[in-house]
Amino acid sequence: MGRYVIRRLLQFIPTVLGTMFLLHYMTSLAIQFSGNPVRALFGDRTPPPALLEAITERLGYGDPCLSQKGNWCIGLFGDRLQSVFFHFDFGINLRQREVTDLVADALPFTLKLLVIAILFEAVVGIAAGVLAGLRGGSFTDYLVKISTVFIISVPIFVLGVVVREFVGVKFGNVLRGQDWIPDVISTGMFSPGFKPDYPFASLIIPGMVLGAVSLATTARLTRTSIMENIRADYVRTAKAKGLTNKRVIGVHTLRNSLIPVITFLGVDIGAAMAGAVVTETIFNVPGIGRLVTMSARTGESSVVVGVVTMLVLVVLVANLLVDLLYAVLDPRIRYE
Amino acid sequence: MSDLTSAGAAVGGAPVTGDGPPIGAPGGEGKERSASLWADARRQLVRDPVFMISFFYILVVSSMAAFPKLWTSQDPRDCTTDRSRIAPSGEHPFGFDILGCDYYSHAIYGARPSMVIAVMATGGIVVFGGVLGLLAGYYGGWVDSIISRVMDIFFSLPFLLGAIVFLTVIKRQNIWTIAAVLFLLAWPTIARIIRGSVISSKDLDYVHAAKAVGASNGRLMFRHILPNAIAPMLVYATIVLGSFVAAEATLTFLGVGLAPPAQSWGIMISVHQVYFLEDPWLLLFPCGLLVGTVLSFILMGDALRDALDPKFR
Repeated sequence: MGRYVIRRLLQFIPTVLGTMFLLHYMTSLAIQFSGNPVRALFGDRTPPPALLEAITERLGYGDPCLSQKGNWCIGLFGDRLQSVFFHFDFGINLRQREVTDLVADALPFTLKLLVIAILFEAVVGIAAGVLAGLRGGSFTDYLVKISTVFIISVPIFVLGVVVREFVGVKFGNVLRGQDWIPDVISTGMFSPGFKPDYPFASLIIPGMVLGAVSLATTARLTRTSIMENIRADYVRTAKAKGLTNKRVIGVHTLRNSLIPVITFLGVDIGAAMAGAVVTETIFNVPGIGRLVTMSARTGESSVVVGVVTMLVLVVLVANLLVDLLYAVLDPRIRYE
Repeated sequence: MSDLTSAGAAVGGAPVTGDGPPIGAPGGEGKERSASLWADARRQLVRDPVFMISFFYILVVSSMAAFPKLWTSQDPRDCTTDRSRIAPSGEHPFGFDILGCDYYSHAIYGARPSMVIAVMATGGIVVFGGVLGLLAGYYGGWVDSIISRVMDIFFSLPFLLGAIVFLTVIKRQNIWTIAAVLFLLAWPTIARIIRGSVISSKDLDYVHAAKAVGASNGRLMFRHILPNAIAPMLVYATIVLGSFVAAEATLTFLGVGLAPPAQSWGIMISVHQVYFLEDPWLLLFPCGLLVGTVLSFILMGDALRDALDPKFR
């Protein structure tokens, strides 16, 4: 185990550097080919050259290598790594606020959203997958199969908009017309957008939308995994020993079948962070995702690059933890 | 190989009757059919109603993208605001949008950017990812290590986040840049699939036999190993076409994709989302077309996988 952990940690370093470099090179190339991104902030107006230069310098786009097409900008990359890892500095926005501050303000909302999404997809997805896997070819099986195909093929923003309008506005309006329903449910939970008065209730539906896409994958994964394991020898042995069906399924089969599902859920935290960009924009949640979209729309590329760098680091650490967890759960992985 | 042909015969033996669809196999040997994997797959696909419906739908959408004039004579840019949001009628089946443009022709012309972007990006990842995966799987050793590490790096960048960063900084958000960013962030998946199937088939007996007769590396790779590895790639490419159509619409919706003077389903959805309650058709038509396209690609991919995998026979 120890050697596995060390090897995995050593592999982690080049991956982090490589991913950061990829991000850096993509932005540098984009700047080299389309010119100074600071101009976008002014729209149609022509800014005074002095002001333009000052902002360019402040946001870190003044380096001469950014005007040479195809240049790798290694020096700039070194500076960036230094400020990220030694000073924890991810850049500033136009009003001189640190990106770390902006993210700290937005983080609680995104965290709540992620927790709701992961919980929802884990509980419902595993339950549906187990039901479908235990009775292959049954009605539940077909239901899970068909509904997963549908959920996968509906882009998350279409799902979000439709849910917001139908559930949040139309159904919510009906609920808000009734007096006997508590406010938490009618104006909190079934609201078309985030409500600061109900910071948790109004995130439930956005969280469910966010979890819906991976919910389908979770259910499918659980289903296949259960179907594979139920035919395994050790399950037959457990049945032959005379254990109750509940114990055979709940302890022997499920524990082994859930290993790939747990791995998927861990990796999915990263995907859900990217999905939060869409969900938070639709439901107007003031989290990290909406910060990214709003800055992207106004052209504040320094904020976008800073926030995405931070998110990518979080995703990488989550993947690392999942790999280590996998080794703990499944001894076969720890080959020496 | 024998189990494949016997499996094919076991399936194909009974239903070869008069109404059988055209088969690629030579009919000289009577009932003894020795069709190839592809001919068998085609037989199965032609009989699969889900595949045929999805295929037909994609054909319709592709013809919208290729020849929009075939479907509508209206100009989607011919707008007058006094026709704003008029409900669908016989002459204008989708009604008018917020600016008073004909919505049906907008929907028809909107198919093109999505399809062009999806096809260009998919073609790119199939060629580039396919070659890299083939090299990594065939040569192994340090070639494999380098390519695999690079793939790991691209994998760790979440797709949507990477695309948003690139498109925000480059500011020129047109068909080319969107296709480029989709290609850049998606090629490792296909390379990984090809690498896996190349590794699993490069130690088969017939490859050793070809090597023993003196076949060159290039011939071994392209004539003997690649045809065996191409089925999973085809399945994945079909599914990825659908996800690229969805990705284009998502980026457009977020405001980093195509912008309003262009026509696209993503634009139709994002511009009209606030009118959903008064005029739901403004949202339902583009959503329906988009979801139908993505769903068709995914169902086609599923059917292809079932047809191309001899284990399912």
